[in-house]
Amino acid sequence: MRHIISILIENESGALSRVAGLFSARGYNIESLTVAPTDDPTLSRMTLVTRGSDQIIEQITKQLNKLVDVVKLMDLTEHRHIEREMMLVKVKAQGTERDEVKRLVDIFRGRIVDVAATTYTVELTGTGDKLDAFITALEGSVILEVVRSGVMGIARGDVALKI
Amino acid sequence: MELTGAEIFVRCLKEEGVDVIFGYPGGAVLHIYDALYRQKDVTHVLVRHEQGAVHAAEGYAKSSDRPGVALVTSGPGATNAITGIADAYMDSVPLVVFSGQVNTALIGNDAFQEVDTVGITRPIVKHNFLVKDVKDLAETIKKAFYVATTGRPGPVVVDIPKDVTADKFEFKYPRTVKMRSYNPTVKGHLGQIKKAADLILAAEKPMVYSGGGVILSHASKALTEFTRLLGYPITNTLMGLGAYPATDRQFVGMLGMHGTYEANMGMHHADLIIAVGARFDDRVTGNIEKFCPHAKIVHIDIDPASISKNVKVDVPIVGDVDRVLKELVKEIRERKGKPDASALEAWWQQIEEWRAMDCLKYDRDSDLIKPQYVIEKLWEVTKGDAFVTSDVGQHQMFTAQFYKFDKPNRWINSGGLGTMGFGLPAAMGVQMANPKDLVCTVTGEASIQMCIQELSTCLQYQLPIKVVNLNNRYMGMVRQWQEFFYQGRYAMSYMDALPDFVKLAEAYGHVGMRIEKPADVEGALKEAMKLKDRLVFMDFITDQGENVYPMIPAGAGQNEMILV
Ligand SMILES: Cc1cc2nc3c(=O)[nH]c(=O)nc-3n(C[C@H](O)[C@H](O)[C@H](O)COP(=O)(O)OP(=O)(O)OC[C@H]3O[C@@H](n4cnc5c(N)ncnc54)[C@H](O)[C@@H]3O)c2cc1C
Ligand SMILES: Cc1ncc(C[n+]2csc(CCOP(=O)(O)OP(=O)(O)O)c2C)c(N)n1
Repeated sequence: MRHIISILIENESGALSRVAGLFSARGYNIESLTVAPTDDPTLSRMTLVTRGSDQIIEQITKQLNKLVDVVKLMDLTEHRHIEREMMLVKVKAQGTERDEVKRLVDIFRGRIVDVAATTYTVELTGTGDKLDAFITALEGSVILEVVRSGVMGIARGDVALKI
Repeated sequence: MELTGAEIFVRCLKEEGVDVIFGYPGGAVLHIYDALYRQKDVTHVLVRHEQGAVHAAEGYAKSSDRPGVALVTSGPGATNAITGIADAYMDSVPLVVFSGQVNTALIGNDAFQEVDTVGITRPIVKHNFLVKDVKDLAETIKKAFYVATTGRPGPVVVDIPKDVTADKFEFKYPRTVKMRSYNPTVKGHLGQIKKAADLILAAEKPMVYSGGGVILSHASKALTEFTRLLGYPITNTLMGLGAYPATDRQFVGMLGMHGTYEANMGMHHADLIIAVGARFDDRVTGNIEKFCPHAKIVHIDIDPASISKNVKVDVPIVGDVDRVLKELVKEIRERKGKPDASALEAWWQQIEEWRAMDCLKYDRDSDLIKPQYVIEKLWEVTKGDAFVTSDVGQHQMFTAQFYKFDKPNRWINSGGLGTMGFGLPAAMGVQMANPKDLVCTVTGEASIQMCIQELSTCLQYQLPIKVVNLNNRYMGMVRQWQEFFYQGRYAMSYMDALPDFVKLAEAYGHVGMRIEKPADVEGALKEAMKLKDRLVFMDFITDQGENVYPMIPAGAGQNEMILV
């Protein structure tokens, strides 16, 4: 099953490679990984998307917790949660294509953030599925570049991952 | 007063109560060596190869209640230490390894003797640090010792750039250390302990399966009390030998690939496994699908990640073995319940039948020296009371099977990594930690050559280790697998062009002996033990064809042993 694991980790050099190294050394699957400092600059928050049987996910969370730099961890999939990913897409847009792409962007509640003579750059946030759907909808156009942030997530209600 | 980083380093060791470190100098650690030169509290043992320094530190730690400390230079010093660090990681040995590093300004420039030590060691340490500022040095060292010795112990590497050891700062050693991200659980959950007690008292065919965690937790007394209170059979892993007295009737021997028939059959037929500080290694479980098909499992371990990793357990208890066992004993005593006596008697009867198979029997009438015989005699001559280290191979298994350890921390070997070359340097560490005690190392002619250079260290520090070389002219363990599974095609396992070990020992300034007849074994051992202040290298010319039995072949279940 797919799991989204959020981690608070000491914001120290090498912390990211400890996590990444753990996944490669133990052969765990890693679908996406995002990381940035939190409001407390001594802490980074990492969001990991992984897949595995219950037993593997249990080992993954235990092994992550065992890393000395990991302060706290939450498997968001165990809670009601919100999941978001951001995407930037550069797409060819000339002549009639320009209206076509603009309409699609509106339907998906995206934004055109850069306009050039022959291209649009679109910003879109949502779940991974929504981003995939947008890419599929763009089928008729020439996609020049896609950048995705990887998933980030937060639990709903008063459940919070903090120290 | 301001001290240099190097002086701070030495003061920190003193504050931690470190009396011995094992190391090897080089450019990046010269300031540190200079500071060591100017003090008297810490003895530095100069090894002949950095792998030896780390194994010696392991031997020191495993045979005492203190962490081992090693010091190596940057680049090749650090890479030479890698095998030892990985070994300590696999066997959870509390170790602090200090490595020199190039100046902070040069890091990342492919500077002379630069390697990314923190990067290289990351997957084989409990934790590691790069100290970038002398201001952080003392606190980092405090943390390093704390992390290495608490929770599930393990090696911690502290990488110190040369300029940090020259820079000055006020020395103040932190009294305590707090890390918000690191809080090992030591006290077992009471609810879980009660659940465990229910299962333990209800069992009809119980088996205590204890491992290295009991040794690491210094919980041998608690384990013995627990096991005697219940009257249950107990087996130890290779790493757990000595935690329960091997000469006691309740002890059924080691389990696993080369464990006894009674231990493995006992596990296979048990209805309850009480796993204590053991990690269900594949050398123990054999084929997981066939492992303990009838048993419920209680598992006590300080590392949650050890629990339900390989085998799903029914009642996990996270905590320190010593504390949890004491709580369990208390709980069981308070209940005044007793295990079902008749069921237990029937179970013991079954176990005694298995035991009567005498699975460790060997040919005692042979004209050749049998390796088992040497170990039996070693046990007798040393009255079962020596510290014994070993290398890796058949000789290691024979020692585990035939040297009956009655005390913990006396059997020091490399289990998880299985590192040939471990035995001799580890024995040096053991001897440094226990200067008055008898220290033996059992080895093979292949293994001993991997760290043979340490014979020189032994002379310099007058370490009177007794080397028992079981010389079968083969990498015996490899030869055995080739005999069983490769139709006797002995690819590269014959040890050709062996040195004359007697002359070699003498060249290093020690006493050498060659023993070729079974009748001479006991006499030689006695004579060697009499030479109390000399290292004696005993080269026993043993039967080339002997194999380690019983054996569970790869992929088989615990009840599918090859007996003699
Ligand atoms: C040639 C060869 C053959 C081998 N054959 C066998 C064999 O036949 N049988 C065998 O048993 N092994 C054998 N081994 C060794 C095997 O590879 C493993 O090293 C060994 O089985 C592991 O022992 P253990 O389970 O006791 O774990 P250890 O590696 O000793 O681990 C200790 C466990 O205890 C836990 N722990 C640590 N401290 C505490 C504490 N304070 N409180 C609670 N828990 C704690 C740790 O978290 C860990 O889970 C062989 C090795 C070699 C090289
Ligand atoms: C560093 C290292 N290299 C290779 C091995 C694989 N190996 C395991 S046992 C063994 C043979 C050991 O031979 P010896 O030391 O003569 O002992 P014996 O088995 O004959 O008692 C080898 C090569 C190992 N364990 N460690």
